[in-house]
Amino acid sequence: MTERLKVDMIACDGHGVCAELVPELIGLDEWGYPILADAPVPGELHKHARKAVSLCPKLALSLARTRS
Amino acid sequence: MSAPQQRYDGRPRLLTKQARSITEHARTVGPLPTSVVPQLIDMVTASGLRGRGGGWFPSGRKMASVAGRDNPYVVVNGMESEPAAGKDKLLLRLAPHLVLDGAELAALALGADRITVAVHRGTGLAEHLTAAIADRVAAGWGEVEIDVAEPPSWYVSSESTAVAGFVGGGEAKPKADSARVAGVGGRPALVSNVETFAHVALIGRYGPNWFRQAGTGEAPGTALFTVSGAVRSPGVYELPVGITGETILRVANGIREPISALLVGGYGGAWIPPTQLHRPFCPEGLEPLGASLGAGIVVALPARTCGLFETVRVATWMAGQTARQCGPCFRGLPAIAEDFAMIARDGSRKAYERLRFRLGVIDGRGACAHPDGVVKFVGSALKTFALDIRRHLSGQLCPGGPRVLPLPEPPDESEGWR
Ligand code: SF4
Ligand code: SF4
Repeated sequence: MTERLKVDMIACDGHGVCAELVPELIGLDEWGYPILADAPVPGELHKHARKAVSLCPKLALSLARTRS
Repeated sequence: MSAPQQRYDGRPRLLTKQARSITEHARTVGPLPTSVVPQLIDMVTASGLRGRGGGWFPSGRKMASVAGRDNPYVVVNGMESEPAAGKDKLLLRLAPHLVLDGAELAALALGADRITVAVHRGTGLAEHLTAAIADRVAAGWGEVEIDVAEPPSWYVSSESTAVAGFVGGGEAKPKADSARVAGVGGRPALVSNVETFAHVALIGRYGPNWFRQAGTGEAPGTALFTVSGAVRSPGVYELPVGITGETILRVANGIREPISALLVGGYGGAWIPPTQLHRPFCPEGLEPLGASLGAGIVVALPARTCGLFETVRVATWMAGQTARQCGPCFRGLPAIAEDFAMIARDGSRKAYERLRFRLGVIDGRGACAHPDGVVKFVGSALKTFALDIRRHLSGQLCPGGPRVLPLPEPPDESEGWR
């Protein structure tokens, strides 16, 4: 069981708080909307990822459990 | 799966069954086959039917995913929003009862007590269907309550979550969650295309083996193709899935002038070069080209029209059709439309490089597939019109030629999304 970051693009307002918190996993496009790493969150970044999820002002970011 | 016993006789199935009144309908196809309801989902699965709204998702699997959920709802999606498509509107006019029968059988199989048919405003279709429904009630035909809804005609309002949302009293904008889970006011919904339901009505009557006599193993049956552009007889034609592009053009009486490309699948579809017309037109046959059959749209582009300018016109129109919900879509699509315009108009190499980068950034990042469709469409133009692009980039600009692809007026802003 691993976890991946997921964003609800309808809810996201593109202010980029998340990318500041975990730049290792989240980049921003030229309009300021997050581009998520297409890979499971590695163990050492779990804490940061969870923090980004809880600090997203729009509750747009989540961690989804995936198999493999 | 047993092999088909007989070969397809070549006759249309949906378009010959035209019967506007319920008495004609009963005479043509017989009564509603309610005895098959307990096996209907298995029959549809065995038939291999795939959704004709553009996604080609296996219909049996879709039905099974709604079955067993509480309080389900059935929506007939008649919001054909591809400007170059006309098959669903035609089918609703010619054979409304065939479509409604399919929806009725599906509703009975799922245990749904309500069906809503969603059609475009101002087309007379709602009145036409309301009359057909009254006709059924008067004849004691069917038992599920059916009504009609008229969502606004934005391009993305035809998306299944948008249609379901509107039927449930909300805005006709795509949602993040699938319609199967909480489509219509929290009720799980089976949302399928008009043509798909018409096929279900016939599968219920004649069975999966009959259905498989036409089409390919992976995409059985016939499909409605809307053929337009530089053909002698534009129109809607019912043909087996997997027929070649050459045959489709021949059925439309051939091309009336040289062509430089074919648009397949619609504005979220792809341009393909005329050298690929020998391919079978089915999802598997078009996939190697990065194209798909979509809602069965085929437009022949006359060689004297510049494919680049046509691409700019469509991309700009599509950019104006977003639901303005997801940044990468409502910011990204106008940006790539402008890039393409700068290539076509000014031969800008910088715009070309930027466009190629942006296509990769936007793809897959909206809540619905709208941006992905535009990315595919624009990307296919880069490939199919590569020679023209090179000419434009080297300063040999062209006047553009006559316009071919239709761009309908979008709904009035004041109309909004309700
Ligand atoms: S913090 Fe939340 S709202 Fe802000 S960009 Fe990231 S996902 Fe979007
Ligand atoms: S991707 Fe575009 S069209 Fe789809 S929901 Fe988001 S903004 Fe609307």
